Amino acid sequence: MSDPILELRDVKTHFSVHQGILLRKQTGTVKAVDGVSLTVQRGEVLGLVGESGCGKSTLARTIMQLLPTTGGSVLLESKNLTEGSASSIHAIRRDLQMVFQDPYASLNPRMTVFATLSEPLLVHRVCPPAEVSARVSELMELVGLAPSLMQKYPHEFSGGQRQRIAIARALALKPKVIIADEPVSALDVSVQAQILNLLAKLVRQMGLSLVFIAHDLSVVKHISDRVAVMYLGKIVELGTAVDVIDRPQHPYTRALVSAIPLPNPDAERARQRIMLPGDPPSPINPPAGCPFHPRCAYAQERCKAALPPLAAFQDREVACIRAGEI
Amino acid sequence: MLSPSPEKLPSAGLPPTLEPGTSPWRDAWHRLSRNRLAVFGGVILIVLTALCVAGPWFMGNDYQSQDLRLGAVPPNAAHWLGTDTLGRDLFSRLLYGGRISLLVGFIATVVALVIGVTYGAIAGFFGGKLDSVMMRIVDILYALPFTIFVILLMVFFGRNIWLLFFAIGAVEWLTMSRIVRGQIMSIKRMEYIEAARSLGFGRRRIIFRHMIPNILGPVIVYTTLTIPAVMLLEAFLSFLGLGVQPPMSSWGVLIKDGAEKMEEYPWLLIFPATLFSLTLFSLNFLGDGLRDALDVRSSKD
Repeated sequence: MSDPILELRDVKTHFSVHQGILLRKQTGTVKAVDGVSLTVQRGEVLGLVGESGCGKSTLARTIMQLLPTTGGSVLLESKNLTEGSASSIHAIRRDLQMVFQDPYASLNPRMTVFATLSEPLLVHRVCPPAEVSARVSELMELVGLAPSLMQKYPHEFSGGQRQRIAIARALALKPKVIIADEPVSALDVSVQAQILNLLAKLVRQMGLSLVFIAHDLSVVKHISDRVAVMYLGKIVELGTAVDVIDRPQHPYTRALVSAIPLPNPDAERARQRIMLPGDPPSPINPPAGCPFHPRCAYAQERCKAALPPLAAFQDREVACIRAGEI
Repeated sequence: MLSPSPEKLPSAGLPPTLEPGTSPWRDAWHRLSRNRLAVFGGVILIVLTALCVAGPWFMGNDYQSQDLRLGAVPPNAAHWLGTDTLGRDLFSRLLYGGRISLLVGFIATVVALVIGVTYGAIAGFFGGKLDSVMMRIVDILYALPFTIFVILLMVFFGRNIWLLFFAIGAVEWLTMSRIVRGQIMSIKRMEYIEAARSLGFGRRRIIFRHMIPNILGPVIVYTTLTIPAVMLLEAFLSFLGLGVQPPMSSWGVLIKDGAEKMEEYPWLLIFPATLFSLTLFSLNFLGDGLRDALDVRSSKD
């Protein structure tokens, strides 16, 4: 039953902060991702949510090896991506692809759709050169674009169309896992649903695994099998989408869930929003103990003492010592 | 196989009709061609360059043959723009001087371009400590009074025209390197560069295919604006007597000679000064036009 394809073991991405012009010395460390462990099953959609600055995008880039890992390991089909030579990573790269947030920035403005989609095919010799054109047409049809548009440049497309091109590019190498970093947050609401449905369809059709990053829980619930909630570089709650979103246990998840607008106007009026006091603490200098305690309505003295580990609770994992009490 | 296009590949699997796209370059060209001042500047420059390059071969009057008995005469049928005090034909000297001035402008700019782009790209691409050190060097060089540097060079190494090209080019690369460094640093963080990296492309492909085409705009604009600055610097050095030496001439030399005798023989100042100004204006109009045409902001949405 369990068939993990992507596994993160205690992954850490820290950035050092330097000060001084002549004598640069390290004055602190930003723990953008601080000990994340996750597994993604074959064919599974894992949603990753959290507020801005909690390390979601850093985690995505760390998985993609676009940023150096400070600690822990990322395993794709049991092969460790964080060690090994550049050439061995090069080979694994094909199986792991990313869809970026801003379709206005993620396509090279000086390349036609054809050039963008054919480049990975040619560089990695995915198919013989004679079949490249056919394969590009196929990719464009797969994401719902007319192949007759392949000679056009990114600036001649709308945001939604551009995101389709970016998805086609990510699919060009027939990857096994796709990391989508807020793929719809830069798009109009009317287009968001189309792109979401396209992603969901492709995942089913091609048996892909998807790590779907968003800060909008309603979007995540729509597409994900399981949901991981991140706060200050750590995962605070992990479980099936229905469990986490309909019955949140961690106080932070509760606050996030309470912010989802409800479609029914009566329910919407009755909705109680949990307003979190203050801003997220600085990741340079996180609070001692549970990083959420300064903003938590249920915090007690013991919350300041020790960092609660992500522990099994009922049918999920929660990083809160008061899970079940509140 | 850096730039594949469907035409170069077998057409199997291509849709029957392809809608043509407009590349950002063609867009920019279109915008430029609608800018009247820029087109005017471009045409003037082409005509002037052609005249200076080819003109002296067809001229009846040599630029250095003197006619002391004739002396300085105002424009007439034999000498269209008159002669100088040594009886040399001013029109020939203007065209010949134009060769030197344009050559200085062109070669010194190429020197500045090569040094500036390489230096700035290295600093921007690798970043970190290397970048800090390289940019501090640029800051220090900026602080040196460069006119004095060029004058010293000229005094010690003699008044060699190639040294002049090199000296001016070595002065002008600093700003170019800063521009290129800034562009590379901002483009390095763009998502399409990250996308290229996650597709497993090599560093060379990323630099040449994904980065350089996207920083060319500002580089082209700054180049067209460097040429007039360089020509002005050459004229200034010639004015000080440190530029090219007689019997060779440049527009700077001609303006200097004309200025000395402007009360008796005004045409010796008016014609070189007019031509020089026209060239500088044209270059600046073309540069401004290119900046507007290549501006990324206007083509983004």
